Amino acid sequence: MSQIGEVAGILRKLYDEYRTTTPKKLKLIDAYLVYVMLTGIIQFAYCLLVGTFPFNSFLSGFISTVGCFVLAASLRIQLNKANRSTFNVTPERAFADFVFAHIILHLVVMNFIG
Amino acid sequence: MLLTYYFWIKAVKSGSIMWSASCALAYFYMVSSWGGYVFLINLIPLHVLALMFTGHFSHRVYVAYSTVYILGTILSMQIPFVGFQPVQSSEHMLAFGTFGLCQLFSFIEYVKSKLTKTQFDTLFSFALVTVGFAAAGAGVVLWASGKIAPWTGRFYALLDPSYAKNHIPIIASVSEHQPTAWSSFFFDFELLVFMFPVGIYYCFKELTDANIFIIMYGMTSIYFAGVMVRLMLVLAPVMCVLSGIGISSVLTTYMRNLDVNQLKKSVTSTAQSSTRARRNDDSSSYPRKNEIAFGVVCMMTFFLMTYVFHCTWVTSEAYSSPSIVLSARSGDGSRYIFDDFREAYWWLRYNTDEDAKVMSWWDYGYQITAMANRTILVDNNTWNNTHISRVGQAMSSTEDKAYEIMRELDVDYVLVIFGGLIGYSSDDINKFLWMVRIGGSTEKGAHIKESDYFTPQGEFRVDKSGSPTLLNCLMYKLSYYRFGETYTEQDKPPGYDRTRSVEIGNKNFELEKLEEAYTTEHWLVRI
Repeated sequence: MSQIGEVAGILRKLYDEYRTTTPKKLKLIDAYLVYVMLTGIIQFAYCLLVGTFPFNSFLSGFISTVGCFVLAASLRIQLNKANRSTFNVTPERAFADFVFAHIILHLVVMNFIG
Repeated sequence: MLLTYYFWIKAVKSGSIMWSASCALAYFYMVSSWGGYVFLINLIPLHVLALMFTGHFSHRVYVAYSTVYILGTILSMQIPFVGFQPVQSSEHMLAFGTFGLCQLFSFIEYVKSKLTKTQFDTLFSFALVTVGFAAAGAGVVLWASGKIAPWTGRFYALLDPSYAKNHIPIIASVSEHQPTAWSSFFFDFELLVFMFPVGIYYCFKELTDANIFIIMYGMTSIYFAGVMVRLMLVLAPVMCVLSGIGISSVLTTYMRNLDVNQLKKSVTSTAQSSTRARRNDDSSSYPRKNEIAFGVVCMMTFFLMTYVFHCTWVTSEAYSSPSIVLSARSGDGSRYIFDDFREAYWWLRYNTDEDAKVMSWWDYGYQITAMANRTILVDNNTWNNTHISRVGQAMSSTEDKAYEIMRELDVDYVLVIFGGLIGYSSDDINKFLWMVRIGGSTEKGAHIKESDYFTPQGEFRVDKSGSPTLLNCLMYKLSYYRFGETYTEQDKPPGYDRTRSVEIGNKNFELEKLEEAYTTEHWLVRI
């Protein structure tokens, strides 16, 4: 099926372009994003396999991973030089906001995990 | 609610995580105070969807919505009443779906920026086929297996107003849940009713992200305010905002044409037509621009002044009197106060056991708890429908049957409101049909039928021709005990009910299982 071959080619090209054009800082955040996503997938798989017994703990952990992912993705968007025009926050401000939101997220997660 | 919306608009405009986190905190406060938070958690995703459809979706919206949704959801689950509903009930599914859509959109944008058009198209169609099928399949499985609960009664009644009347009498019985009459719109808003469409027009003229939000907020809240009177309070802020936009746009347009010097000059000297030709504002020219502008500004000022007078009058007449102390004007114009409610609650507080239980209709629950400091069976939260139905069954049954129910519920005192002596129309006999409907709506009360309490002609009467079931039920007996010997009005027989304007049918009976403990001065509250 030529379509799959085509798709594979496109994906490889995408990966090459990503490696060459993205600055180091953003690649660091991307690695963190992948790690958080893996953690989330592991938690979800555990829930599917073993059951949802302490549902609040599962929810708390899962939302924690999704929250970290979303906040880091937002930080990445704000730090990306290509998006300078849509935001009017300096990189330092972006990082400070990121920390603020993380404090709230982790306080709630600690309370909810039971 | 307004704080949440304010922070949301700030977040969408700036794209900063701090405003989004503040929005989530304000949303948390809203969830802890009112069940109306469901409106917020549906309006914000609707706004995001509208932005997607109109092509305004940007990175700022992604950052704002994702942060607000995640932090808001986990914060709202801290409230015990909400619990796990944000991931289980249908009312929250729109927010969840929009969140997924946001992630998808942003990811697609990112990939699009890295590839050429043809490459992107092939990749996109491939992904759509595989991932789309998987997602749709998972969704159908979840829905069919019932994991996602359908919309609950309270909110379903907003979409289908006849639902409550047919299925859930307790929701239909609350007077604040009735549809709004157009006159209450004018009573509460006066001028704003007319400036609201003007504001919407000006918002449409310049479609920014924030304007789209205000338009959606206005449209949804005016629909809901039309369905249920108590939702007027959701409509009021956006009415003010949109009317403010309307009025200020009108004034700005016409003030531009107004030239005070021009007016002064035309008063002091006559040959000043040359100054008019030298004006260089670009509004379309029409004759006597100055005079029309002056007229419009004067008219707006007049409207605003009458609006202020109207609002202060309405607030003092309709929204300032406490509903627990009633007043009336006597023949010579002086004010006469009926303080019976507080009299009864104080009596309960100081003359009954500390752990006495009081049975009354749910309207008075919070008042008894707060002022009399006694345990009650049902209160205004109306959370437990079966329990309220049991109280309704007790009120609608004969004294013997009611005694069994009251022993089962461990009741010490029964409190009823009776307005027949002074002509107070919000008493328990007037609410009685709702007690019958709610009492008959659960399993144990299936023998209670509303039609038994009407005359053969279908009327609700308390006089001699009233139905015997009504004339012998507990509520009737408790309200009219010893009323048969009382004279209420000149040249009327004893036992004349001033609220229903009839002489009661069942007089001079004795209570077998209960004993009268206290009746207030004007017989308003009987224990």
